[in-house]
Amino acid sequence: MSNRAVVWLKIIVHALCLLPALWLLDQYHNGSLAMQADPVNYITHFTGDWALWLLLADLAITPIRRLHTSLGWMVRFRRMVGLYVFLYATLHLLTYVLLFSGYDMPAAVAGLRAGHPAELWTQLKLIWPSMVDDVEKRRFIQVGLAAYVILLALTATSPKRVMRAMGGKNWQRLHRLIYVAGIAACIHYWWLVKAGVRTPWKVTAVLIVLLALRLGYSFRKRIGVEKRTVRAEPLQER
Amino acid sequence: MLLRTRSDIPSSEITPKETFEAYKCSRRSVMAGLGAIGAAAAMAGMPELARAEAKLTNLVTTNYTVSDRATTPPEKAKSYNNFYEFGESKSDPAANAWKMKTAPWSLKIEGLVKKPQTLSSDQIFGFKPIEQRVYRFRCVEAWSMVIPWDGYPLSNLINVAEPLPSAKFVQFLSLADPKEMELPAGIDWPYTEGLRMDEAMNPLTLLTFGSYGETLANQQGAPIRVIVPWKYGFKSAKSIVKIRFVDKMPPTTWNELAPNEYGFYSNVNPNVDHPRWSQAHERLLNTNSIFPKIVPTLMFNGYGDQVASMYAGMDLKKDF
Repeated sequence: MSNRAVVWLKIIVHALCLLPALWLLDQYHNGSLAMQADPVNYITHFTGDWALWLLLADLAITPIRRLHTSLGWMVRFRRMVGLYVFLYATLHLLTYVLLFSGYDMPAAVAGLRAGHPAELWTQLKLIWPSMVDDVEKRRFIQVGLAAYVILLALTATSPKRVMRAMGGKNWQRLHRLIYVAGIAACIHYWWLVKAGVRTPWKVTAVLIVLLALRLGYSFRKRIGVEKRTVRAEPLQER
Repeated sequence: MLLRTRSDIPSSEITPKETFEAYKCSRRSVMAGLGAIGAAAAMAGMPELARAEAKLTNLVTTNYTVSDRATTPPEKAKSYNNFYEFGESKSDPAANAWKMKTAPWSLKIEGLVKKPQTLSSDQIFGFKPIEQRVYRFRCVEAWSMVIPWDGYPLSNLINVAEPLPSAKFVQFLSLADPKEMELPAGIDWPYTEGLRMDEAMNPLTLLTFGSYGETLANQQGAPIRVIVPWKYGFKSAKSIVKIRFVDKMPPTTWNELAPNEYGFYSNVNPNVDHPRWSQAHERLLNTNSIFPKIVPTLMFNGYGDQVASMYAGMDLKKDF
């Protein structure tokens, strides 16, 4: 694929990744979000679902690329989609902090409008203990937070400069944590739903397939490499 | 919204039966004919809140009001339901429950009673004047609503069956019909719930046929459900087909699925956290704002005066 085509495709992928967020914004503006029975619950699930779906889409890039040598250009989309995973995960976390945990948004906004930006912080301090409590006690929050910390680290190290500074090998080692983030996100989902509810099975099945493809690939590659060494070296020793 | 009429009309005439039946029948045939269109509309995101509910007239007003909290808009109460028989998402019941046939409906009363019997929903509607009671409704998931329910105390129906002294618990069984319901795998259907005898006889426990002055929407558990306002919402069984009187604590659906999360009693209690979230506060869903109204959860959902004595001497942290 030509460079020019990749640029166009990048614009399209950017637009596609932004679409859910814009759609949510539109629902806020036209009032339909407020008419939802439980807007907070809706936003939480919406942002969480998209973070997870994009993560799976990101993990699908490499196995698809390996199908054929002509698909090499696809690798250039991995980082970009990954950054959108981070965006939706951040919105998900912000929903928890600002809308779910008891943070008094109207008071904070009123303070901000009246010229007291410190109110944002004051309100955060008020709910801080209950959030600490959540992190200490609730394993679904712990595993979700772990996934977020990984995404944060991957985002922070995503610029090319950082990659060069770290060295390719180290960078790749760190960025393999995306698998851990995917697993953690699925566990987060399973631990969140009630016993007997199987809603997360679809994303889990997709994740398992994507991880199995990688395991299969690296296994075959290792065997391939070993065969080659077997051919190359022992001949001389004999 | 609240009908404040008191009337001396005999209870048998309280719900104009012909109107009600005609309404339901015409609705059913319309829905059958328009099933595909209805499904398409639901998929297009249109609120599946067609006027399926018939008006209840001559409701008896009561002192059961929630003066300090605004009533939840009916659209919210009828579009956000946990009714897993119709799907696992809270919007599924409003989209799928129209398939459930609620008339004719019969309820079987069995077990340790002198007079086991099967009653039609119409017979049950007519036993007593239907009262309108505004109750706080607290879901175990830490959200809540304020809803006017229409019905009469369950004790009235229990007395008709004359329970034996050996009856210590009441078990409710909900409809489980694979032709009308999704019945997702993972849960052992039918849905079942239970109350201790004194809880079932408590004047607060409402045998419920309507809300907001109309018959229940299917997704709310039409045509007959119970409302137990001091307990988490899942204790209030929907679309009940069987009431069984037993001598031992009956198995209950959520308790069997996750005994560490859902106790048999499941009284609303801000001091006993759900393992996965705090129960100290709740998101009160009674506004049209995206900013949630978070209010402290009240012990026994604010009904301590009427119910706390039933649990005297019990460790509510253990018997949660």
